[in-house]
Amino acid sequence: MRVVIAEDLFLLRDGLTRMLQAHGLQIAAAVDNGADLLAAVTADQPDVAIVDVRLPPTFTDEGIRAALAARREVPGLPVLVLSQYVEQLYARELMASGSGGIGYLLKDRVFDSGQFVDAVRRVAAGGTAMDPEVIARLLARNTGDGTLAALSPREREVLALMAEGRSNAAIAQRLVITERAVAKHTASIFLKLGLQPSDDDNRRVLAVLAYLGG
Amino acid sequence: MPTATSLPRSRMRFTLGECLAAAARGVAFAGLMLAGLGLLVVIVAAVFFTALGAAVLIVGNGGPRDQRVLLALLAIGTGLGLARFALPAALLGVRRLAHLTRHLAGDWCGVPISERYVPQPEGKLTFTGRLRWLATDPATWGDLWWTVANMFVCILAVASAGIIATGLIGFIGPEFTRLIPPPAFPGNTPRTLAVLGVAITMAGIAAAPLLLRGYGLLARKLLAPAGQAELAQRVRHLTQTRTEALDTGAAEIRRIERDLHDGAQARLVAMGMTLDAAGQIVESNPDAARALVFEARDASVKALAELRALVRGIHPPVLADRGLADAIRALALDTPARINLASELNARPPAPVESAAYFAVSELLANVSKHAEARQTWVDIRHTDGMLRIGVTDNGHGGAEPARGTGLRGIERRLAAFDGVLAISSPPGGPTAVTMEIPCALSSPKTSSC
Repeated sequence: MRVVIAEDLFLLRDGLTRMLQAHGLQIAAAVDNGADLLAAVTADQPDVAIVDVRLPPTFTDEGIRAALAARREVPGLPVLVLSQYVEQLYARELMASGSGGIGYLLKDRVFDSGQFVDAVRRVAAGGTAMDPEVIARLLARNTGDGTLAALSPREREVLALMAEGRSNAAIAQRLVITERAVAKHTASIFLKLGLQPSDDDNRRVLAVLAYLGG
Repeated sequence: MPTATSLPRSRMRFTLGECLAAAARGVAFAGLMLAGLGLLVVIVAAVFFTALGAAVLIVGNGGPRDQRVLLALLAIGTGLGLARFALPAALLGVRRLAHLTRHLAGDWCGVPISERYVPQPEGKLTFTGRLRWLATDPATWGDLWWTVANMFVCILAVASAGIIATGLIGFIGPEFTRLIPPPAFPGNTPRTLAVLGVAITMAGIAAAPLLLRGYGLLARKLLAPAGQAELAQRVRHLTQTRTEALDTGAAEIRRIERDLHDGAQARLVAMGMTLDAAGQIVESNPDAARALVFEARDASVKALAELRALVRGIHPPVLADRGLADAIRALALDTPARINLASELNARPPAPVESAAYFAVSELLANVSKHAEARQTWVDIRHTDGMLRIGVTDNGHGGAEPARGTGLRGIERRLAAFDGVLAISSPPGGPTAVTMEIPCALSSPKTSSC
């Protein structure tokens, strides 16, 4: 799998490169600004781009804008955005930026390389990797109006993991339950929330996020 | 042709209703004048009786001495009693009436009049404290002078009503009742009287708006704060807001220092120790060493989370990235309440103003979700006439106390550092509308480039 990295801090760029290589991923290019990212994604046609939110010259939300521009340039390009902080606003903008896998994670998540590489692979395969903090805040925002109150605590855990973009298998592993149990929980969640059930993992994420975001 | 900078020319045509309303409002102004006179009598009486008693006591002669002293003490007692129990209230009343007149001059005469009162000192006031506050405020003396002058100025306000009454009662009245004698002048046939009466009444009605405006203009001459007082007030305001701004800044820095010390710093120390321990046993007990390393990793995650929360409290990243509208949008996404944002900003205010405005809105939204039980909140941001205007309105149950939760006071204080103001309207039952205005210029629209 070929990856393009855009990260302006040398230490982090280097660390990311080595970590991904150690997990058998191939680094097509590692750049330090948005313009180079655009050039790299068009030239190298990577399977996924990993982009830091803060890039020169303004060091604000350059990375988000670069990621959106890259997806306009290469439709369907899977993009994983890393940031020191996460904002639902940016998560929404990324989700709304057309088809193709999307990831939005705190930089801290790279500390757990297994989980992180799993997220990279998921995004490259067209899936979703939303940071647990984004999801936690989404859930917190929705607890007020009662619909989520109908869910059992276990179902709420499953909902959160589902919203992060994890497959049934991953959720089962995480919660140490069987996949059958997860499937039962998801069916119950979709029933209670009045959502159309779907076997497609990604469509399921989108439905859940749309429900929580509405 | 009026140029763009000149004031809009006041209207010269009025409907009949407006004319009659103007006449009635003139009478209302006269009512205020009379109320002011009443208060003036109390104030003058307090001074007069005290002075009279003192004078009788000191220089009085004639009559039996005992009686004289008794009379003098009685007068002094009356004067001081009035002063003790009625003087502050009367002075406050005079100020209230002047305040009302200024307000109504804006609403009714189209002549808004600014005012500058020294704000009431914090806390419960003693009698002397209250009197000192009132007596040392130049605005009190200005208002007293106005109350005296108003006796004459007010003629302008009631003139139209007077003319109308003359026309109706003096000229048309005798036609209908014998109680009113017709005016005696040669050729006062009923016919001419009626014609004259109608003409006078019409003239009174037509002149009413202009006379009322004239009254407003004169009132502005007398009631607007003098330049000197205005400057003094300005200096006082700046001194106070500067001190408060510095205090707030210093307190913020102390809080950040404490948070860093107790949070991220402490965690880094713990991480160093954990890693050191792992290093010691890595050969002898690799499994335990690995557990320690993971422990250190988790501590670093917590340290980062704390730093993130700290940064968000100092200056939210989205605010720096995208400006006020998007920062509030992001805030809205984190709030359970449904928030509708309408922003007409196409450029960014200066960073300190932006930050103050953001935290003010953030606090107001927190208030709404804590107290108002609102289903919807509307935030409206615009920049007009060199003024950043932000409205936060909710359809909750209202009753927010403007005099005031510390939250609202805090917002006011922070805005005051930028000469910003906050107004709140929150009748019981709702809705609650908070409006903030901060004078500022906008930077040119941000040109985005990657």
